[in-house]
Amino acid sequence: MREFAEIWSYLASGPLVWLVLTLVAYVTADALSAATGRAPLANPVLMAVIMLALLLWGSGTPYAVYFEGAQFVHFLLGPATVALAVPLYQQGRRLRRAVLPVLAGLLAGSVVAVVSAVWIAGALGVDGDVLAALAPKSTTAPVAIGIAESLGGSPTLAAVLVLLTGVTGAIMVTPLFNALGIRDWRARGLAVGVAAHGIGTARAFQVHPVAGAFAGIGMGLNAILTALLAPLVLRLFM
Amino acid sequence: MIHALTLILLCQLIGETLMRWAALPVPGPVAGMGLMLALLAFSPRIAALVVPVGEGILRHLALLFVPAGVGVVGHLDRLGTQAAWLMLAILVSTFLALLAGALVFLLVARLTGGSLAPGAQDDA
Repeated sequence: MREFAEIWSYLASGPLVWLVLTLVAYVTADALSAATGRAPLANPVLMAVIMLALLLWGSGTPYAVYFEGAQFVHFLLGPATVALAVPLYQQGRRLRRAVLPVLAGLLAGSVVAVVSAVWIAGALGVDGDVLAALAPKSTTAPVAIGIAESLGGSPTLAAVLVLLTGVTGAIMVTPLFNALGIRDWRARGLAVGVAAHGIGTARAFQVHPVAGAFAGIGMGLNAILTALLAPLVLRLFM
Repeated sequence: MIHALTLILLCQLIGETLMRWAALPVPGPVAGMGLMLALLAFSPRIAALVVPVGEGILRHLALLFVPAGVGVVGHLDRLGTQAAWLMLAILVSTFLALLAGALVFLLVARLTGGSLAPGAQDDA
C-alpha cells in the first residue's frame, strides 16, 4: 500500500483530479440549488466556486495547477456562446415581434449599468484607473477585460468585478421582479442578460426558457454596446 | 453529436477569424452565434442536428463559469481598500440596470403593441 500523500501528489500534478473535482463541486452545488427549489441565494456558480476555492486553499494548490484540469470546462464557454443561437432560433417568432422593446431595453439597461456604476464609485472617491475596470462590469468577461485594458484599467480587477456583478444580478433578479409583479419573461430575461451577462443568463435558463433566450440576446448585444459606450461614459466622468 | 459539435466549433472559429480580421470589438463567439443562427434558420436538417446538442450545453451553462470564478477568488484582494465602495456601486448599479432594462422593455412593448395578453407569458 502506498501512502495517500504519495498518490495525491501524483494525481494533483495531472489535469484529471481537478477536472473531476470541478464537476463534482458543480453537481453538488446544483443539487443543493435544486433542493432549495432554486432559491436565488443558493446560486450554483457561487457555491461551487466557494467549495473549490476552499479546497485549493486547504491543499495549498496554486491556481495554475487547478486550471490545468479546469481549462477543459472553461474552454466550453466559447461553444456555449455559439449554442445560444439555439434558443434564439426556437424563440425566433417571439423575438421578431419584440425587436423594438429588446433594443430599447438593451440601450436603457446598458447605459444605466455603466453610468450608475461609474458615477456612484466616482462620487465615493474611487480612483480613475479602478473606474476603468468597473465601467464594463455588466458585460461578459473576455469583452470586459478587453474594454478595461483599452481604458487603462487592470484586467484582473475587471474580471473580479465582472464575476461579482454576475452573481449579484443572478441573486437579485428573481426577488426583485417578483416583488414588482413583472411577469413578462421576455423583459425579465433581457434585463438580467444585459445587467449580469452569462451568470445572469444561466440563472434565467434555470427559471424559464423564454427568459433564458432573451437573456442570451441581451448578453450578446450588450457585449457590443458596452464596447462603444464605456469609453464615452468614462470620458464624461473623468 | 460529433457533427453538431463540429458545426458549433466551426462557427466559433469563423467568428473569431472574421472579428480579428475586421478588428471589430465583437467577441468571436458572439459573431459565431450570429452565424449559427443563420445556419439554423437556413437549414432544418442542421437545426435538427444542432438543437439537442445546443440545449445540452446550455442546460448547465452555470458550470462553465466555475473555473474563472475560482481564479477570481484569489484576486479579491485587488479590490483593495475601496472594496466596500466598489461592492456598493455594483449592488446599486445592478439593481438600477435590471429595473431600467425590464421597465423600458415593457413600456416600449406596450407602445408598439407588442405586449402579450395577460396570462399569455407562459405559453412557451
